[in-house]
Amino acid sequence: MLRVEHLRIGDLSPLTFKVADGECLAIEGPSGSGKTRILRAIADLDPSQGLIFLDGAERNEMPASDWRRHVRYCAAEPSWWTETAQGAFADTENAESGRLQRLLAALGLAGSLLNRPLSIVSTGERQRLALARALMDDPKVLLLDEPTAALDPQATALVEELIKYQLLSGRGVILASHNRAQIERLAHVRLLLPKRPRAGTTAEHAA
Amino acid sequence: MSYIPLTTTDLMLAATLLIINAAISWFFRLQLEKSIAIAVVRMVVQLALIGVVLKFIFAQTSPTWTAMLGLVMIVAAGIEVMTRQTRPVRGWQAFGLQTATLFFIGIAVTGLGVGIIIGPDPWYAPRYVLPILGMVLGNTLTGMCLVLDTMTEAASRERGAIEARLALGAHRFEAMSNVLHVAMRTGMIPILNAMATTGIVALPGMMTGQILAGVDPVEAAKYQVLIMFLIAGATALGVVCAGVGAIVLLTDDRHRLRLDRIRKKS
Repeated sequence: MLRVEHLRIGDLSPLTFKVADGECLAIEGPSGSGKTRILRAIADLDPSQGLIFLDGAERNEMPASDWRRHVRYCAAEPSWWTETAQGAFADTENAESGRLQRLLAALGLAGSLLNRPLSIVSTGERQRLALARALMDDPKVLLLDEPTAALDPQATALVEELIKYQLLSGRGVILASHNRAQIERLAHVRLLLPKRPRAGTTAEHAA
Repeated sequence: MSYIPLTTTDLMLAATLLIINAAISWFFRLQLEKSIAIAVVRMVVQLALIGVVLKFIFAQTSPTWTAMLGLVMIVAAGIEVMTRQTRPVRGWQAFGLQTATLFFIGIAVTGLGVGIIIGPDPWYAPRYVLPILGMVLGNTLTGMCLVLDTMTEAASRERGAIEARLALGAHRFEAMSNVLHVAMRTGMIPILNAMATTGIVALPGMMTGQILAGVDPVEAAKYQVLIMFLIAGATALGVVCAGVGAIVLLTDDRHRLRLDRIRKKS
């Protein structure tokens, strides 16, 4: 269970919510409303104030690297640090097992893709490879930022199936998306972000 | 063969060459007349001053005076590291870290070179300590600047890749390892090139100076070899410290990449 209390990020209003194991929370809102910033803050990739608990342990009680092993952020446009995807998978413990092959098959990717230079792999394939990489070491919570933005309908369906399977196996998921239909299909809880007040105007505070 | 002192008239004669600079600037409308004048006056005043200061300090041969001028040189080198970078990391931590690095490397390498290898009497003889410290600092800071510039530039460019690794639970040193690798290579290249070409393309300044002062060229070459070794060692240390320091400055204790700490392009 992931619990967020009074999380303050820049000029966004403070957030409090929780995501149970096997539950999917969708963050909705227009571009620039802060969806990505919230996911990055929960993964502790950007400084933020407030408390975030994973199964009762606050993020500052453990090293940041341990936190991100459990609370896994998947960027909307994944970047790679190796020539081929193989290199990026090589350091995972389960690389030798059939797990990687099963994940690739579930995502509709051929195993030979791993050895192709990432510079010539398509955007959609890179996005699915990144999702596979994120799932290799069993994180407890997934923070998915537009996981199907670069995908065709068929690949989108495969990714959604995989997300549902992750939910069934007890992982919490926070999904940032502006795809209404996808949110209908996956989310149990929805968090709607208001459009940001424009610079120069002040937000009206409710009495 | 004896040493020939220069008279003021000799220098005046050489200064007439500057008329060529001025003429070129005037003819091609480079509008550099003012810059040339400032640069010339600065050079003459600075060199005259350091000449007088060194003469005074050499006459004292006191460890205190030597240490004081050494400290001034180290702080000046620290400031130079900050001003030479195109986009330095903000704040006094960056300046402090770089100056401390130069301090320890300068002391250690100069101490090894002068105190142990050359072994003048007394060991703190400013005639040996200060010029060697200057050469060590100058080369170390060039290497450090290259590393720091490469680190900030590459960290900005590779932000996505670095954060992808951080998001997967990598330590900040692990996530920045590719960037560090590139930066350290960049920092080491100039000294390697200098060692490979020295003596073929041009005689190094110190060797030229010693030859002009009447030292046997073979002895002068030996000194130059010693200096090159000292500089190479100091640069390598400076490159490592600058690289590791840049990672510490560009990330925080929660292993976040903090590009907001880099000064904006002006």
